Amino acid sequence: MNKALAVSEVHSPWRILAWVVPAALLLIAAPFVIDPFQTLTLMYGLIAAIGALGFNLLLGYTGLLSFGHSAFFGAGAYTVAFLVKYLKIASMELFLAGSVLVSALISVLFGYVCVRYTRIFFGILTLALSQVLWSLAFKFFWVTGGSDGLRVPTPTLLGAAPTDDKMEFLAHKYYYYVLAVFAICVFLMWVIVHSPFGKALQAIRDNETRAEFIGIRIRRYRLIAFVISGIFTGVAGALWAPLNGLASPDVLVWTFSGEIVFMTVLGGFRTFIGPIIGAIAFTYLKTYAVGFTVYWQLLLGAVLVVLVLVLPTGIMGAVERLWSRLKRRN
Amino acid sequence: MSLLTTRALSKSFGENRAVNAVDFKVEQGEVLALIGSNGAGKTTLVNLVSGLVRPDTGQIIFEDQDVTNQSSYERIKAGIARSFQIVSLFDQLSCSDNVALSIFSREGKTLKLATLASRDRAVWDEAHDVLRRFDLDRHAEIPAGAISHGERKLLDVAVAYALRPKLLFLDEPTSGVSTREKAPIMDIVTSIVRAGGITVVIIEHDMDIVFRYSERIVVMHQGSILADGTPDAIRQNDAVTTTLIGTHPTGEAAFASADDARR
Amino acid sequence: MGVFLIHVLNALLYSSVLFLIAGGLSLIYGVMRILNLAHGNLYAVGAFVTAWVIGWAIEAGAPTALLFLLLPTGALAAAAVGAVIERTLLRPFYKRPEEYQLLMTFGLLMILEDLIRLVWGPNPLSATTVYAALGSLSIAGDRYPTYNLVIIAVGVIAAVFLWAFIYRTRFGVLLRATSQDKRMASALGVNVNRIYIQAFTLGCFMAGLGGAIVVPSQSAVLGMGVDALVLAFIVVVIGGLGSLEGALAGALIVGVVREVGITLFPEIELAVLYLIAALVLLVRPAGLFGRASA
Repeated sequence: MNKALAVSEVHSPWRILAWVVPAALLLIAAPFVIDPFQTLTLMYGLIAAIGALGFNLLLGYTGLLSFGHSAFFGAGAYTVAFLVKYLKIASMELFLAGSVLVSALISVLFGYVCVRYTRIFFGILTLALSQVLWSLAFKFFWVTGGSDGLRVPTPTLLGAAPTDDKMEFLAHKYYYYVLAVFAICVFLMWVIVHSPFGKALQAIRDNETRAEFIGIRIRRYRLIAFVISGIFTGVAGALWAPLNGLASPDVLVWTFSGEIVFMTVLGGFRTFIGPIIGAIAFTYLKTYAVGFTVYWQLLLGAVLVVLVLVLPTGIMGAVERLWSRLKRRN
Repeated sequence: MSLLTTRALSKSFGENRAVNAVDFKVEQGEVLALIGSNGAGKTTLVNLVSGLVRPDTGQIIFEDQDVTNQSSYERIKAGIARSFQIVSLFDQLSCSDNVALSIFSREGKTLKLATLASRDRAVWDEAHDVLRRFDLDRHAEIPAGAISHGERKLLDVAVAYALRPKLLFLDEPTSGVSTREKAPIMDIVTSIVRAGGITVVIIEHDMDIVFRYSERIVVMHQGSILADGTPDAIRQNDAVTTTLIGTHPTGEAAFASADDARR
Repeated sequence: MGVFLIHVLNALLYSSVLFLIAGGLSLIYGVMRILNLAHGNLYAVGAFVTAWVIGWAIEAGAPTALLFLLLPTGALAAAAVGAVIERTLLRPFYKRPEEYQLLMTFGLLMILEDLIRLVWGPNPLSATTVYAALGSLSIAGDRYPTYNLVIIAVGVIAAVFLWAFIYRTRFGVLLRATSQDKRMASALGVNVNRIYIQAFTLGCFMAGLGGAIVVPSQSAVLGMGVDALVLAFIVVVIGGLGSLEGALAGALIVGVVREVGITLFPEIELAVLYLIAALVLLVRPAGLFGRASA
């Protein structure tokens, strides 16, 4: 057993505020400080962070590695696209509500099947189930637009219709909307992982037999965690669709699930903010890699291999190690 | 009425009859030691009663209720708890977390996901109280994986104790612990369970511990109960001393009879 | 009747290639408990190398007969790549939780995808000369490409050879011993590291062979590795991870279902396969022939 243990987090309100306040100020000021393209990249990062936050409830806190989270992200995105195409809805609030519903449904279904297993079998099962959705999106092209996908126009935010200048709308109004949802999601997830339920999940992660023997019904708890996880990732997909302008099978394919895993591990799956940091970092990394070379997959793949070899606790793990080393020096 | 009764309880693993039609009784309030050589069936018996393993045949009756087909969850709710031979804790969580989890679970609070765990002062106060009784409170905020082996053995018991069970099984609570640490651990454990009126069944190999701390000893051998009585009675029981300790009043025949008994 | 026979042959054809890929995946998992997400890329490497070597040979004016001899080059290349990967990237992970291995092989997948693009460019490579060279024969009135029968033959030979190898040779005994109980095997003097590299190389060879023999009938394209992996997954899920019989049974089932699917319901064919896999996992998590789950 690893005696040099997982980082325990200190919850003194002051310490938390010391991080949160500057970060919040930076995020609020962003659209006025950086150019629209950068703002969009940041938005993609925040959206990915919501997805990764949801994913890590399963990995970091419950000990389950899912390779099928693209199913929920895609479900969220396609729900938005279907609401637009078939119900002629344009309200972002309805988009979010619809995505929550649909991803909840799918995650209950998938979760019920998957949580009977752990480790590799859990991963394989989640991958297989997400591929079912992917292949359906592909094959039923007259419903889903096939590989071309479905267009998603800019939505109304809280009833206000989008302005004509799409870029301006996305980089300002939509940015603050996404930021607000991001803040809410971070807060909700923070409460969940620090609740008695969150502790129970961690107990299941550390020792499922013992958890069973203090009276925790592990399958039930895993399922609940799975559904919460799926909903968060579905919300991310819903926010993503209008930003991307298109819902396509690319976000349902299993390699996209791999990217979600990648970004979470990059940031550090053993901490709360690790996935957030990792998602934003990964988004920037991928954006610049794609712009830099046509062999961006090679670059990212190498980063992942090095990461897992050398820095398995990710960015936040390295930061915490550095911090404790500095503290010891004083 | 006994607290726990098993009737003709049997469990085989393939060809191996681990527990063979055992009638086992535990009375309310006693401190009972369950001894026997390796493979005698002690741990399997505990696994059967606690619900880790299902029996092939037989019944388990706890407080007059047939719990044979109940899940381990239901048995815990009924009041049966156990510690583990190989220390089984939540290593990445702090010692107070480990104990608090038992308390949260006992109070049915583990499904609450919209409130902060730290806000429930009653649970944490009780957790710290339990840690203090087990002399572990200085480690309250330290991860369970980082304390010494003896302390982990105590914490393992504390986690089971915090469930406020009626019947507590301790599976080798001092195994792997240095000799001079054993007595202090057992002192703490027995005084706590006596104060709480908890009935305890201890699986032990260390005969000094067994004879010193238990009121009643049940000896198992090859899946069956060989003897059952007070420490004095067991000490004088020839069958027991022959199979377990290998001594016989008439020296030479010792190995021969021991082998015969084992066959 | 003729049409039915052709469908059977098509199913066998698909199954042969799938068996090679999935069999390799299953072998590696069975011995080493590693699920190699980059396994499909080794299939791709086999296809690309063979197509490239044959293309080069054609330009050099080689006779058609020689081209056939060059077919296995892809398999050998895949085996070589596998050996390098095992030694450098996989070995550090044996003592670590299997989740990290999974992540590492995912990174490997991304690397190999782009390495293939780097070496051979974005355009497909083909080896149709070989395919055409054998012409076609008449099966119950219809023309059927003779080369397809070669693929089926290779699949059958590979299955037989593998079975003999695993169950009738000393190496096979060591392989099985290591897969059942690594520590015990090591305690008995088996060089586990050597078994691992041999098993991994063999698994990659099989995947590469699948790519090598299929490339004359369909070109080597970017992304074929990723597509193949998911299909191989379905096969091992149905048949059982770690079991060669399972890979064979799974490959046959998938081949048949696919053939029935594309004939009758082309849209849902893929989805049906994934659903079957999920159903099998539900009912019999270890697969038809697999051991109790890890």
